[in-house]
Amino acid sequence: MRFASIKGEVKALEGDNAVAEAMRQINPDVVAAYPITPQTEIVMTFSEFVSDGKVDTEFIPVESEHAALSACIGAALAGARAQTATCGPGLALMWEMLWVASGWRLPIVMYITNRAFNAPLNILCSHDDSMGSRDACWIQLYAETQQEAYDNALQAIRIAEHPDVLLPVMCCMDGFVLSHTLAPVEVLPDEAVKNWVGNYTPRYSVLDVDHPVTYGAADFTDYYFEHKRPQWEAMANASRVIAEIGEEYEKLTGRRYRFIDTYQLEDAEIAIIILGATAGATRVAVDQLRKDGIKAGMLKIRSFRPFPADEVMKALKGKKAVAILERTGFFGAQGNPVFLEVATALYLNKIQIPLVNYIFGLGGRDTVPEQICSVFHDLLEIVRSGQTEPVFRYLGLREF
Amino acid sequence: MPEVSREIKINLKEICNREERLAPGHRMCSGCVEAMIVRQVLHAIDYPVVVCTPTGCLEITTGIFPYTSWRVPWVHSAFENAGATISGIESAYRSLRKQGKIEDRVIKFVVFAGDGATYDIGFQWLSGALERGHQFLYICLNNEAYMNTGTQRSSATPKAAWTTTTPTGKVITGKVQPRKDMTAIVAAHNIPYVAQAAPHAWNDLMIKVKKAISKEGPSFINVISPCPRGWRYDPKDANVISKLAVDTCVWPLYEVDEGAWRLNYKPNATKKPLMDWFKSQGRFSHLLSAGKTDLVEALQQQLDQDWARLEKRCQNGG
Repeated sequence: MRFASIKGEVKALEGDNAVAEAMRQINPDVVAAYPITPQTEIVMTFSEFVSDGKVDTEFIPVESEHAALSACIGAALAGARAQTATCGPGLALMWEMLWVASGWRLPIVMYITNRAFNAPLNILCSHDDSMGSRDACWIQLYAETQQEAYDNALQAIRIAEHPDVLLPVMCCMDGFVLSHTLAPVEVLPDEAVKNWVGNYTPRYSVLDVDHPVTYGAADFTDYYFEHKRPQWEAMANASRVIAEIGEEYEKLTGRRYRFIDTYQLEDAEIAIIILGATAGATRVAVDQLRKDGIKAGMLKIRSFRPFPADEVMKALKGKKAVAILERTGFFGAQGNPVFLEVATALYLNKIQIPLVNYIFGLGGRDTVPEQICSVFHDLLEIVRSGQTEPVFRYLGLREF
Repeated sequence: MPEVSREIKINLKEICNREERLAPGHRMCSGCVEAMIVRQVLHAIDYPVVVCTPTGCLEITTGIFPYTSWRVPWVHSAFENAGATISGIESAYRSLRKQGKIEDRVIKFVVFAGDGATYDIGFQWLSGALERGHQFLYICLNNEAYMNTGTQRSSATPKAAWTTTTPTGKVITGKVQPRKDMTAIVAAHNIPYVAQAAPHAWNDLMIKVKKAISKEGPSFINVISPCPRGWRYDPKDANVISKLAVDTCVWPLYEVDEGAWRLNYKPNATKKPLMDWFKSQGRFSHLLSAGKTDLVEALQQQLDQDWARLEKRCQNGG
């Protein structure tokens, strides 16, 4: 074991400040960011650390999110640890550069305070932004709590920089729900984080002028395909590395992090799959149903990319009905992103479980345990009747 | 040869013995002056350099895997974001150097970008980088249109010029709008050094690079870059065309050094008519017909006004 178990200091922090605190402790070489609600407090708080000389970071207050990620890419090419933060329309504006960052295998860490896409204009939580960019070859970790947002930040940099991975990571937390609410967060001692993140030695740097490298040459029919292939392999390697780093982090902090988290799932007959902060309300709902003698359980997904198909499949084996709750809605598909992944994992393993897909909480609409309970009761009805229609449902939507 | 400052001397003999930082064997069109400009610029910098090139002719002709023409570290990230990319690299340099994570040595940062990447799609990224004051030299290789994609108009394209998106039709004759005065726009950012240059005036260009690179903060040189394919002239005439651009006052050579505007070449005695410029290139051939006399006269008047305004500004120092 590399590290002794360490006790941190419990502080009352909003999610944004918890992430900013992690960034202060990580002490990135470069941070480039642009303000956007509800990410702004990350940047504001971190700017104070810069102004007070608490970090060595060169902070680039760029003129757009596209520039933020572009500058991070430039900094990472120069061998720097580079980080940024954004959400919603800001992430959409970065879209082109997401693929450049991962294509160049740059271990950039980006913090996302999930925010809905326009139109209509909305600054509150949906998972449209990160889910909309789920296939850009970025690892995606989702937090249920402010503590998880902090812990994911510390693990993300180790996952990103692992030589078998070298991929950018998005650390996602629900905008406002986590970013702007206070919660107790155990913050590790600075020295422990310094040891945890260690030193980063880039394989190549454009600042190594004695050994010039060319980044961004054009690939055509003869090489492009082969140069894309290692990205799939890196994502596959991430499946191992995320678990390894999680185990190591558990030894350090006592807090367990894997691909998925389960609650009362083992003997459950009906289950809800969810990611993000609403897992909290789901735990409460599970407790209520268990009091009534109903075997309900929850599967929370922490790593959506890479998608932990084996873990999900094994955890769901033997369930009688499962609902996948998603805080986003995509159009024209046969279900939303998590639903499609789960259905595929089950199908490929020849497991037949009735599945339904709920869209909930769009644009920041609150979802309370009573509503989650109603989903469990829907599942009981599906078990009784054997009927899943309609597979595609809304939760908490008013009908006019 | 244009009048240039005698404070800085360019030693051609010494330069000839240096290794070329842009290797021969690139894929530029014959008669393209971009390689000339890049070599002149890089020879004028006596430090290690890191080069960033957004999408464009220079990018695609110097870096097609598995080949590269660059003997210096080189980055092509995207079309629009050279300003932000070089900001990130330069900030990383300052951060890592300050922290002792890299060797403590002077490195200079240079962007070579086309007019599309500068005037149009990369305008915001450039403006942001200039305002933040990063230490870098931005060279615009200005061939006045999107030549890499086949001569489409940009906001650097002059009024009345033919391009493939401003064709000379029955109703509209070439580009309707005048070009954007990008050099003045950059100068309005109040950065330490801004200039216009031309490849035939190599001494002037290299001195400007030396001045630019000595400044603390950003600098910008807009270099006219005649394009035989897009402008429609004989490839051997690139330098003739470059000189004509200056002698007609289509492309005045001037600098804005720490806010002081200065003409570097006054072609008044030999100032050639704009018609000479139009006659020299196929992209203006539709202006030679009898029916276009009024338009040509109007364009000449506008050019004379622009030149007079620049002269006055330089006489006044800013």
